[in-house]
Amino acid sequence: MYAIVERRGLWFTISALFILPGIIFMIWSMATHGTPLPLSIDFTGGTLWEIRFSEPVAPADVRKIFVDAGFTDTAAFNVEDDRTVQVKLKSIDIETKTQLAEALTARFGPFEERLYRSIGPTMGSEVSRAALIAVVVASVLILIYIAGAFRQVSHPLRYGTCAVIALVHDVLVTISFIGVMNLIAGWEVDALFLTAILTVIGFSVNDTIVVFDRIRENLRRYRNERFATVTNRSLIETLQRSIATQVTVLLVLVAILVLGGASLRQFMATMMVGMISGTYSSIFNATALLVAWEEGSLLHKGNDTAPLADGRQVLA
Amino acid sequence: MRNNTIVLVLVILLSLFALYIVLPVPHPSWLERTGAAGQSDSPLGLKLGLDLQGGTQVLLEADLPEGQTPPEGTMDTAKIIVENRVNGLGVAEAVVQKQGESRIIVELPGVDNPDQAVETLRSTGQLEFVDPGGALLRQGMIINTTNHPTLAKDLKAEIDAGNAPPADIPYPDQVFQTVMTGEILRNAVATQDQFNQWQINFELTGQGSEQFYEYTRQHIGQPLAIVLDGRVLSAPTIQAAIRDSGVITGQFTREEAESLAVQMRYGALPVPLKVIDIRTIGASLGQDSVARSLQAGILGIVSVLLFMLLLYRLPGLLADVALVIYVILNLALFKLIPVTLTLAGIAGFILSVGMAVDANILIFERMKEELRSGRTVRLAVEAGFSRAWPAIRDGNLSTLISCAVLYWFGNTFGASVVKGFAVTLSIGVVLSMFTAVFITRTFMRAFLSGGGQKLLESRTLLNY
Repeated sequence: MYAIVERRGLWFTISALFILPGIIFMIWSMATHGTPLPLSIDFTGGTLWEIRFSEPVAPADVRKIFVDAGFTDTAAFNVEDDRTVQVKLKSIDIETKTQLAEALTARFGPFEERLYRSIGPTMGSEVSRAALIAVVVASVLILIYIAGAFRQVSHPLRYGTCAVIALVHDVLVTISFIGVMNLIAGWEVDALFLTAILTVIGFSVNDTIVVFDRIRENLRRYRNERFATVTNRSLIETLQRSIATQVTVLLVLVAILVLGGASLRQFMATMMVGMISGTYSSIFNATALLVAWEEGSLLHKGNDTAPLADGRQVLA
Repeated sequence: MRNNTIVLVLVILLSLFALYIVLPVPHPSWLERTGAAGQSDSPLGLKLGLDLQGGTQVLLEADLPEGQTPPEGTMDTAKIIVENRVNGLGVAEAVVQKQGESRIIVELPGVDNPDQAVETLRSTGQLEFVDPGGALLRQGMIINTTNHPTLAKDLKAEIDAGNAPPADIPYPDQVFQTVMTGEILRNAVATQDQFNQWQINFELTGQGSEQFYEYTRQHIGQPLAIVLDGRVLSAPTIQAAIRDSGVITGQFTREEAESLAVQMRYGALPVPLKVIDIRTIGASLGQDSVARSLQAGILGIVSVLLFMLLLYRLPGLLADVALVIYVILNLALFKLIPVTLTLAGIAGFILSVGMAVDANILIFERMKEELRSGRTVRLAVEAGFSRAWPAIRDGNLSTLISCAVLYWFGNTFGASVVKGFAVTLSIGVVLSMFTAVFITRTFMRAFLSGGGQKLLESRTLLNY
């Protein structure tokens, strides 16, 4: 039987390598921008305006209209094709919008408004706070639920805690991904990112529970085996399922990623990274942590005094 | 096994019924009323959110000094007034909802000039007492008054151009005389008389009472229309000269009387409203999204079906049938509830298809294990289902917890993208437990008792 939990030092190192960029990114972003994550207008307030003209236009020319109107912090760039320009600026009211629209029409002719969004700054900061609360509340509820579901085993709270650590791991890996994509393609954290995170949390715990459920069952069946042996057995027995489920979910995610259109691309890519991380962490982190906790040794395999499945200590 | 036959027949009937609801064919009227008719111009008649059909969503907030909350009932009144104005705009299927303590969310599907519409919602409304001048004015009619001389005419033009639904506009070219505006009203409350009939008591300000007295004295026995933003609220007959206070009687229900009192009291918005979030999606972008998600959905579902078939062969085929039933049941529920589909909602639905087979994967893996350990096919099948259940239950409940938190978040902040995702994903999770466990098991049992046992004993067909 391949020893998974006993090589936990290796798995934890791999996880650390994926988490670290995210943490460094958050510290760097905090120092330079004052927020740990690059926030979109959902969280900061501002205006997003996507306009399609009948002729190709240069984003710089569009930007000039806004700068001339006094909005010097305007950013303009092409999306999808060279006729469509997306503009980002601070939050404006409807009168201002009407004036800007007239200026744009005067310069470039009539245009089609593809998308317009303007959200006030107070609303944005309120959403940020609620987003944080949402993630914390979800984690706590899940912790309580797992502790309840696993109340028959000894130390049920450990199962819940390990599952929650695994989901925090997945959130951090996702943040690493967003950090890298922010530097490459300017991706920002929006309301859909929060949706992706919470879905990943649900999926990650779902995965962990399947493994834990098997441990719960095997602990009763193999009372005289070491805890580490039972968990390893459980992992290998559920491995096929973990991979098969991961593949089906990936098939679907890839379908939406490729065909679903630009507005879903970031959402789906984020979700995909989180889902893969969720499967990894349920196999290599959550279970390995549980064993480490039971054996009282984080990185090394347990010695001869390692506990048996039912919690009894073996006499040396 | 007789029991199973009955269940199998029920499952098939349920699926056919769901399919009948989903398909865009004519349904009998009792079904139409439940929502099976759906939206006429969307795929399968599903109800599409603003981001898919194009339109504007506005979040209005009471514009009060920091830390101050609007007095109780104020936002309800504001909501009623905004609702009346939205109806006045003639937007089909507009939605107005109160949100939290001080916010109103307005959804306007497909308006031509969203900016102007939003301005109308925020503007101050006006209550008028209008002289019908012999015309028969009834509740709900839209008329021109000396204060709003072209309202009905403009609306008539919109209706004729096909931009607005028909409304009750019998006098498009006539301008009625405004006797007074709502400023003369001090208060209006709904009360009951000694026969328990609902009526509205109103008081006038000192300034208006003389004028009102003069008019009512001269027009006893004639009707007087109460009009808000051009729409007739009521047209009671003047029974006596009214100086400081009066009563409006009629065959009012309690709700009607209260609503009329509220509208008389607050003809104008009781609090100023400001726009804190506005989003507009162009119609072409919406159509583009619908077409793309349709493609993505088909590709996603087909690839999951193929994957299950390749991996689990014969049971995979049964799971595939269950998955197709899952998709049909899911779409039927979307229509019946009805669920407003957003782009993220569709993503949630397609994702739920990927997750729906998870329960079957768990069960089949279990089954294979049991077979490998030498059990008979029949026992292995039953053990597969019963052993996998706790993991399926606990795992899916944790996803539902996430969905509940997402729903709360989306609902609190008018983030319909987030809410739509949470709704479709949670419907998917609950339904998938039903189809993957109950329906697949029914199929498996039926298959076994129908002589399929020999087939399942073949290692190739079960792939173990």
